[in-house]
Formats: sequence, structure tokens, C-alpha cells
Amino acid sequence: MNGRSALGESLTLITGRTREQGIGMHKGKASTEYRRATERAEMNADDMARLLIQDGGRVRLRSAAGEVELPAHAGSLPPGLVFVPMGASVNVLVEAETQGTGMPSFKGSSVTVEPA
Amino acid sequence: MSTTVEHVACTFCGCVCDDIAVEFEGTRVVRLRSACGVGRGVIDEHDPEVRPPLVGGREVRWEEAVEAAAAILDQADSPLIYGLSSSAVEAQRKAVELADRLGAIIDTTSSVCHGPTGLAMQAVGEATCTLGEVRDRADLIVFWGCNPSASHPRHFNRFSLTPKGALTPNGRSDRTVFAIDVRPTGSTKQADHFLQVDVGADFEVLTTLRSLVKGNDVGAVASVGGIPVDRLRDLVDRMKDCRYGVVFMGMGLTMSRGRHLNVSELFSLVSELNEYARFSVIPMRGHGNVAGADQVLTWASGYPFAVSYARGYPQFGPGEFTAVDVLARGEADAALIVASDPVAHFPRAAAEHLERIPTIVLDPTPSLTAAIAQVVFPTAYYGLDAAGTAYRMDNVPIPLRRVFPSERPTDEEILDRMIEAVT
Repeated sequence: MNGRSALGESLTLITGRTREQGIGMHKGKASTEYRRATERAEMNADDMARLLIQDGGRVRLRSAAGEVELPAHAGSLPPGLVFVPMGASVNVLVEAETQGTGMPSFKGSSVTVEPA
Repeated sequence: MSTTVEHVACTFCGCVCDDIAVEFEGTRVVRLRSACGVGRGVIDEHDPEVRPPLVGGREVRWEEAVEAAAAILDQADSPLIYGLSSSAVEAQRKAVELADRLGAIIDTTSSVCHGPTGLAMQAVGEATCTLGEVRDRADLIVFWGCNPSASHPRHFNRFSLTPKGALTPNGRSDRTVFAIDVRPTGSTKQADHFLQVDVGADFEVLTTLRSLVKGNDVGAVASVGGIPVDRLRDLVDRMKDCRYGVVFMGMGLTMSRGRHLNVSELFSLVSELNEYARFSVIPMRGHGNVAGADQVLTWASGYPFAVSYARGYPQFGPGEFTAVDVLARGEADAALIVASDPVAHFPRAAAEHLERIPTIVLDPTPSLTAAIAQVVFPTAYYGLDAAGTAYRMDNVPIPLRRVFPSERPTDEEILDRMIEAVT
């Protein structure tokens, strides 16, 4: 459930593969290409405007597992969604609970979002 | 003077494209033909030079590293073997043998990929086919919760969208394509019809589709999971009227709320559609030989992932013997990671435990897991430095050749040495 609190606005996080992440991986996970590909958040443009987040501006994402700061960019996302490419950055936010399947909630967990 | 090696298989993703041409000048790659933007990097960035293994960050002889790894595994009460999806079938067999020998837990990257798909297959079965059949016969394609344009860039051109086949002589115009996803992507743009589903609502949509296929009245509901029911009716009509339908499904179903229940619902829908048309489903397998890891572990133990040999016989336990759970609970006291990078790809709470226990890594490329490991073996890259076998996403085995004149030991050789060295 999305909503606002003093800690920011609660949105839904999905992670996933991107072409840039796949290409960057071959350069090495310490490479600029890989880090640029994975250390970014994509958001709906209207959500960004409402939360006073500028395109390229930094946001703080917080979940029950941890928090991370990333640059935010407007992407083709419906309102309420945040997309972060798979990688070590977003995994700070992903809880290890797998509901008895082995699979953590890489898609669909709640994160609080606010300008950093 | 250059030489060209034809029909090289790229082992990066589950398409295992085996039509790549690599042109060499000496040992240097000067030209690649047919590789996609993602697969290109596998070959372009490959460094075949033999590098020595590391123990505690110190370069050592291979025998010394094998002894150090064997000592770690011998001392452990509950070792975990994990990864395997970017290694050849021949090495995967050795990893299972080592797990059996040690009484270890063995799990593959399937558990954070299509593990839930495996659970669904066990529950309701899987009506499936090969990618060759898709190319030659399928006239209705549905992509559900997957984005091949990013993850499997040549899938569209080789198998599912544009190729001309025996019963699809006009290629793209002989196929109707649906994409179902929570957001527009490069793949949804390729589809004729894009149905945008609410996050976590796939199960409800699938249940509604099953109901509509049976001809049930779904009442006065206008939309389900954000999709107008009229559009779902249109999809069902096309599914029942097509000649040969295929659903490609991905992490949008396995990683979202419902996980294996989503996939079971989809597999059931596909089975039921066979009353009206030929219909199949193919999971979009990510790593080049993750399908092989499922095959090998199933041949050897009866189960596709999450297997414990602790009691001397294989036990299956998703949630119990899956790597994320074992690590997050702090249960493993040593880890052997084969061709995988859980420090980069696991939730932090699970990845952190690998830094607390002695970890052994076999990997041709540097990784975040290798950076924290006690013992690192820079092994051969399968399909480049080493021959072997990889299973494509449709479970067709593809033979791999040695393309580079490298002397790096293979995962299979190192694992074999470990089997000999452990007590």
C-alpha cells in the first residue's frame, strides 16, 4: 500500500535486468559502466515532481532491510513504482525472507522514497 | 592473416546462440559476427591468460589451492555449494558428486531465478516445446513478465518474433504478439498488444483467464489487476482460435507476490488451452546453463535445486536448503561458489554471511564474491576456454567448443581434484 508519512512516501520497488547492466557486467563490477548501470533509480515523472525530486537528483530509498542513496531518473513507469537494476546497490533494500520458496521479494516490496 | 571460427556458442544467456563467428588475428579477437550487444562483451572482454589461484589473497600453486579448499570443506559441518548456472554440465556433475561426498547442501542460481517455476512444474506439470517449434509453428506469442530485449536480445530474431519458419513463411506478420508486464519496456513496444498488469496482480489475471477459457461468467467486473476484462476476453478468444500458441514467462511471475502459485496458474492455463489449440510455455532461463543445472541436479538427486545431502541421501527443501535462506539464517559454515556472484545478487543479509565464513570461488572473471573469498580459482570460461555442454532454455543440449588456446583448468578439473582431496 502506497502512502505518505513523515519519513517520505511509500512506493513499490521492482528490480530487474537491463541491457546496460548486462553489458557493464563484462567490464567488471568495479567498472564505471557497471556502477553507472546499477546505481540508479527510475521513477514515474509525476511521482518525482510531487516528491520534489529533479531528474538526476539523488533520492534516499529505505526499506525494512536497509537504505541506499541513488540518482533518480524519470522512466517509463506507472505511478507508484520505483525500478532499480539488479545488483549490489538495490540488494541492500531487498529482505532475505523467501516465504518458503528460496526466492526473496526482488519485485513488489515497499520502499520509502524521499529526496536525499 | 586472420582465422575465423564459425558456429561458436555464446553461453551468457539461456538462448545459447550457436551461430557466432569469431575472427582472430593470432590470439586477438578482431571481429565478431552475430553476437548481441550483451553477448559481445563475453568474448570481447575475455582474457584467456592463465592467472594463478589465490589463498588468503596470496598467489599459490594450483595444488596448494586445492588442498586449502579441501581443508575448508573437510572442517565444515554444513558446507554450501552454490551457483553452477554459468558452468558446463560436466562440471555440474562433479559439483553434485562433491556435495554427496561432503554431505553438503547444494543449490543453484535457479532458486533466485526460476526456482518457483520448478515448484510449479512439480505441482501441475509443464506443457512445453522447443524453440525450433516456436520458430516454425507458433502464430500466437505471449511474453509474460519478461523483457527479452534487455535479457535475451536475440530471442526475438532467432526464435519468437521475426524469423521465417515452415508454417510462418512471412515471419513477423504471421505472428500475433501479446506482452503482459507491470511497465512498458523495450519488449512491450515490440508487441501488437500490451496489457499492463498491476504489480502483484498476475495471479488474479491468470485465474480470470482460466475462468474465461472455461466459458464462465466473471460477472460485472470491469477490470482485473488493472486490465479491462474485455481485453482479457480478446486474449482468450485469440488463444482458443490460434494454431500454435506459446507463452514465454519470466521473473515478473517468479519474483512477485505469489511466486510459484503464479506460475502454477499459468502452467494450468496453458495445459487447459490444449483442448482448443496446441499450446506451450517456455520459461525464459537467464544464465547460459541454468537449465543444465536443473537437469543435472535432477538426474543425480531427483530434485532441481535446494538439495541437502546432510543425511546421506538427497532431501529437497525450498526455503530450507535454498542458498539465500541458508545464508541469511547463518547456517552454512563454509561455501563453495561455482561461476556465480551471490555477493552482488543476493539480499545483503544473505551476502554478508559469505564474508563471515570461509568461502571458495571458482570463476573465470573477477567478482564481488571472489573479492571476499578465502580461496579463488580463476578457471576456464566454458565455451571459450573449455569444451562441454550447455542446456538452452528449452532444454536442448548445445555442444560447446574450446575457442581460445587457453591453458586454464576447467571447473570440472578443479572439482575433480577437490573430490580426490577431501577425506
